[in-house]
Amino acid sequence: MTVYAALGAVEQGLVYGIMVIGVYLTFRILDFPDLTVDGSLPLGASISAVAITNGINPYYSLMFALLGGFVAGMITAILNTKFKILHLLASILTMIALYSINIRIMGGPNIALLGSATVFDAVIAWGIPGQYAGILIFAVFALAVTGFIVWFLKTELGMAILATGDNPRMITSLGVNTHMVIILGVGLSNGLVALSGALIAQNQGAADVGMGIGTIIAGLASVIIGETIFGDNNIARAFVAALLGSIVYRLAIALALGLEFGGFSFSPSDLNLITAVLVVIALIAPNIKKKVVAR
Amino acid sequence: MISLDNCSKYFHKGSVNEVFALNSISIDIDEGDFISIIGSNGAGKSTLLNSIAGVFMLDSGTINVGNRDVTTWPEYKRAKFISRVFQDPLLGTCPSATIEQNMALAKKRGQWRGFSRGVKAKDRPMFQEKLKMLGLGLENRLQDRVGLLSGGQRQALTMLMATMVRPEVLLLDEHIAALDPKTANQILRLTEEIVGEQELTTLMITHNMKHAIEFGNRLIMLHQGRIISDVAGEEKKSLTVNDLLQKFYDSSEEELVTDAMLLA
Ligand SMILES: Nc1ncnc2c1ncn2[C@@H]1O[C@H](COP(=O)(O)OP(=O)(O)O)[C@@H](O)[C@H]1O
Ligand SMILES: [Mg+2]
Repeated sequence: MTVYAALGAVEQGLVYGIMVIGVYLTFRILDFPDLTVDGSLPLGASISAVAITNGINPYYSLMFALLGGFVAGMITAILNTKFKILHLLASILTMIALYSINIRIMGGPNIALLGSATVFDAVIAWGIPGQYAGILIFAVFALAVTGFIVWFLKTELGMAILATGDNPRMITSLGVNTHMVIILGVGLSNGLVALSGALIAQNQGAADVGMGIGTIIAGLASVIIGETIFGDNNIARAFVAALLGSIVYRLAIALALGLEFGGFSFSPSDLNLITAVLVVIALIAPNIKKKVVAR
Repeated sequence: MISLDNCSKYFHKGSVNEVFALNSISIDIDEGDFISIIGSNGAGKSTLLNSIAGVFMLDSGTINVGNRDVTTWPEYKRAKFISRVFQDPLLGTCPSATIEQNMALAKKRGQWRGFSRGVKAKDRPMFQEKLKMLGLGLENRLQDRVGLLSGGQRQALTMLMATMVRPEVLLLDEHIAALDPKTANQILRLTEEIVGEQELTTLMITHNMKHAIEFGNRLIMLHQGRIISDVAGEEKKSLTVNDLLQKFYDSSEEELVTDAMLLA
């Protein structure tokens, strides 16, 4: 792997890390497997791209993206809590609907941001070269989001979210409306995923309706890698681990794409397959370990 | 304080598995009553408490608690003034949260939860003082995860949490049944102490007839979703286990008294 490829992987790891934090929130904290993210990532990208091409400040466009993602997540959670649709199915429904919605927002399957203002302009204007500008901006956003989530989960409301994932009967008996908590939590998660999508679009110079495919799998892989390598014995550590897991995941992918076996090498389109295999191994590894130890 | 009027509850209504769990139950409970509830397995004891707590809605009838008609209120809304302790010690606390986090959650029961710090430094002395009361040494383990505690310790903590903010009604569903006898006794003493001190209106399900006789000022016996006996005052004080068994025979057509009833 070249230094250039490694830097690229770190940059991707940071920006997708914001998505991974969102996935951690639903998957691990709320115990709510949420596939909405495959739709809310491109949703964020579309909203931001369309906003920017309409002359809206790129920073403000991030807020719209976040809000859009929040609403998408809320819809999934409402389908699940109020209408009793299984969480996986509810999230698939929202995800599929978002595919059409994203094309509506962009007026087509993709939209280019060539020559438009982005959040990177200011940093590049300071004289920082393009490939570092991405890392810098993404690092700032990723750390800010991590800090915010860790702070938030230590507030009264945040603790109610943790408790809802941990023991819903108990927190209900303490007067918390778990439906509202789940709606809020899944909304927040998808808000972050959309923010991640918006930043990716601004970095790539385009939003594309297909850019979200495999988001949940990449998110899960990163979460699991993070937990395994960096541990999760408290909230701050768990979220930092998720972020780092995202970086390790992107580095591993970059490494895999660089491999050659005789005439064979992986192409970027093999990414989802590699990741799916990775997640399967990670998911069954603990069981295998348990069985071996039990004997 | 609490009044149930003609409360009925079916499960799986209309299917072959239909269960008539509560059969037109009416009862008035006074402020400060401590009622022990007995009855064979499946008599509807838990269903009665769950109906009061709002775990599910009744099929018919009304429930008033403290002059509010709560019949259609969801559980979380009733939790503002109704506290519960479950049989399973795992249900009353959050295992991955620390002792102080659990207590902080309980301290906000029924109140708005906002953006101020979940665990406040100024509450710690109060937490420690309450934990000291248990005599389990938990006051020095505020930052330990509750998942590390034994069932008895967790149940003791749950009792504290359920009464941290004084509830109008305390519901105990066989809350000592899953514990070893010694621990069960400790939790029972703790219950007595807290209920006495806060003068709580309490409903306690037990499968132990001696406990049912010893604790509380009133005893009700359920059978097949009905109240088949309701004793209070002097009459309750003079009850014996044999009296209870007799009552059970008299009121139920069934000849069979389950092992659970006899062994208790
Ligand atoms: N959630 C439920 N779904 C279906 N049946 C239930 C449910 N809860 C209780 N029942 C049934 O209702 C009857 C009364 O149960 P319960 O109130 O738990 O009895 P107990 O007196 O042992 O606490 C039993 O026949 C039980 O199987
Ligand atoms: Mg029961």
